[in-house]
Amino acid sequence: MPKKKEVRKIVFNSAEEMPLAPMSIGSMLHNKTGAWRNIKPVIDLSKCIKCGICWKFCPDASIDIVDEWPQINYDYCKGCGICAEECPQKCISMVEEEK
Amino acid sequence: MRKVIMGNHALSYGAMLSRAQVIAAYPITPQTQVVELLSEMCADGILNAKFIKVESEHSAMAACLGASLAGARTFTATSAQGLALMHEMLHWAAGGRMPVVMGNINRALAPGWSIWTDQNDSLSERDTGWIQFYCSSNQEVLDTVIQAYKVSEKLMIPSMIILDAFALSHTYEVVEIPEQEKVDAYLPPFNPPFRLTPEDPHAFGGLTSPDHYMELRYKLQKDMEKVPDLVEETGREYEKMFGRYLGQVEEYLCADAELVFVTSGTAGYTARVAVDELREKGLKVGNLRIKLFRPFPFKKVREILTRVPKVAVLDRNLSYGHHGIFYQEVKSALYGQPNQPVIFGFVAGLGGRDITRESFKEIADYALKHDRAEEEIVWIGVKK
Amino acid sequence: MSKERKMAVTIPREELMSPGHLACQGCGAALAMRLALKALGQKTIVCIPACCWAVIDGPFPYSSLDIPIYHCAFETAASSASGVRAGLDMVGDRETAVLAWAGDGGTFDIGLQALSGAAERNDDIIYTCYDNEAYMNTGIQRSSATPLGAWTTTTPVKHYKKERKKDIIGIMAAHAIPYIATASVAYPEDMVKKFKKAREIKGTKFIHVFAPCPAGWKSRPEDTIKLARLAVQTGYFPLYEIENGEKWTLNLKLKERKPIAEYLKLQGRFRHLKEEEINWIQQEVDANYERVLKKCGL
Repeated sequence: MPKKKEVRKIVFNSAEEMPLAPMSIGSMLHNKTGAWRNIKPVIDLSKCIKCGICWKFCPDASIDIVDEWPQINYDYCKGCGICAEECPQKCISMVEEEK
Repeated sequence: MRKVIMGNHALSYGAMLSRAQVIAAYPITPQTQVVELLSEMCADGILNAKFIKVESEHSAMAACLGASLAGARTFTATSAQGLALMHEMLHWAAGGRMPVVMGNINRALAPGWSIWTDQNDSLSERDTGWIQFYCSSNQEVLDTVIQAYKVSEKLMIPSMIILDAFALSHTYEVVEIPEQEKVDAYLPPFNPPFRLTPEDPHAFGGLTSPDHYMELRYKLQKDMEKVPDLVEETGREYEKMFGRYLGQVEEYLCADAELVFVTSGTAGYTARVAVDELREKGLKVGNLRIKLFRPFPFKKVREILTRVPKVAVLDRNLSYGHHGIFYQEVKSALYGQPNQPVIFGFVAGLGGRDITRESFKEIADYALKHDRAEEEIVWIGVKK
Repeated sequence: MSKERKMAVTIPREELMSPGHLACQGCGAALAMRLALKALGQKTIVCIPACCWAVIDGPFPYSSLDIPIYHCAFETAASSASGVRAGLDMVGDRETAVLAWAGDGGTFDIGLQALSGAAERNDDIIYTCYDNEAYMNTGIQRSSATPLGAWTTTTPVKHYKKERKKDIIGIMAAHAIPYIATASVAYPEDMVKKFKKAREIKGTKFIHVFAPCPAGWKSRPEDTIKLARLAVQTGYFPLYEIENGEKWTLNLKLKERKPIAEYLKLQGRFRHLKEEEINWIQQEVDANYERVLKKCGL
């Protein structure tokens, strides 16, 4: 199994702490892109048929399958609206973010 | 084993004995024999390497870098236009810390088309972060390839082995070909501190902000500064094992000299003969051939040249609108030093025009007659 | 609510692209990578030249992929991948797949020579062009993949693109490499199947992925899949495979093609087009589609 990358903001205090070459040592998971969002998808699970379409088309890998149900990961969801647009049941609505 | 081989084949033998694993190259006169022989070595199984016959020099270097980052020892060779086409990738190699070793046959850049020697091709790559060795014999070419891998891989900085077109590339000399087992003992397999592997995935070369870029380049410079001592150390080690010392510079009768020529490449060889002849006439001259040009061997050059009153730098190259490049560099190295000598800059031999013993006599004549250079550049052998 | 039923998962669950990456909202290229890696698996090394993905992955010292990445020079996706392949072979790793992942600029334009070289040598790499039909990373300048009629910042409305899109598939087919495929982010199962197939084939594989770009196409982010689907349904971007340059197979037969206007009208980059010009484009699409059908023996 590959080594897991660090999920935190990496700060170098000196050149010595840095790798020799510009190489990644951490994951972009530290970057919570949910902050980019103006509107957010909300799933009405009562209408969901578990077709997997929303999960399949998410460009941000921000819909997880949790206990066999789709779950939006609001930490990262950028609010593009593809899931709502593609949902055959029309059970995802895009609602205004409260800021 | 002793063999009579051409300079280009000395590069091939050097790569073979170093057990280069991936070779990617594109043919260009006067480099072709380097890759022809390596192709044969691969085909015959003498050398266990992948030879990628790329469609350009740019791709040659790109492929070497990919292979190097995947953990393989890589080799390529080129010349002039080919080196210029590679330019972008040369920065990539040094900045990405990929220790490729490359042979470059010094050839003048077009236009007009020239296949003959001059150093503007490699000197145009001076600032790319490559180690540069200028060689003056086929033996030195072969030995330096092996040494270069050792230096490059220790510091993760690429090396360029440079030899003059025809004057060395196509000149046959007796060369001692070291035994493979001894070379293996000198040069261990390539084992880089990082590589492309799914077992430990990293992204190499991503967008680097002003917060980080400078420190990475600082580290490159700091490691570059370690090269002269490492060349010294590995050169002595080589001497112990193979009987030939590989240094940063070659000093010839400088100790008591009133005038020292500063030369590089095959001109350095000619200079030595000229020194002998001039000494017979009673002129106290010497020669300092600079072999390691990048990083610049400040310590050695200062040590030797601050002991002499006059220095005549010969350049087979020119930074248009300025001086010959070795002249600039020597002046810069000696600036502010106690006992700074008078330094003259001569330009000769561009585009393969011969640099002969007579050229050095002319240089000596000028330098000994003048207290300082009256012209920014003293041209040798030009029909003004 | 059907609790007991499992979610319909038609493509691998494994995620090798993590969220937090820097793609714009509704980015087709981000989805393309996510799908491709689901098919190829973790034992993959990707060479990414200058393109949107050079940024999407995230800056030093971060990455959003759980596979090794070599961010290489613009014109070197193919030559870098060839080198990585050779290097891996020499260090004894024959299992890891080498993926070159370039945009249309890096493929159709500046990287074409290196791509042709790798294809001619039949180097064992999977070359993917994710095509968003312009230089999007530098701010929407035309490439030779930009379609006829499109606005870009270098083909302004008054001088919209008058040249046809370069036939990259034709060029690659002429190299007679073992496998070529077109794929679309609107058809994930088909796309995953093609990448899996490519992984099993030795030699150069070329996959042309259609990847809508809301920012560059002036389309709504939520329309990305709709646009990619319409591109297929109109016959503008048919899904097919070519084996050894000879065997052409159409993967999705259309009973009836939708008019290209339906596809064009969702994109601001075509807003300036008049009916006559749209008819023109329709004719182009018809001719190209017929050509593909003919090659597929249909």
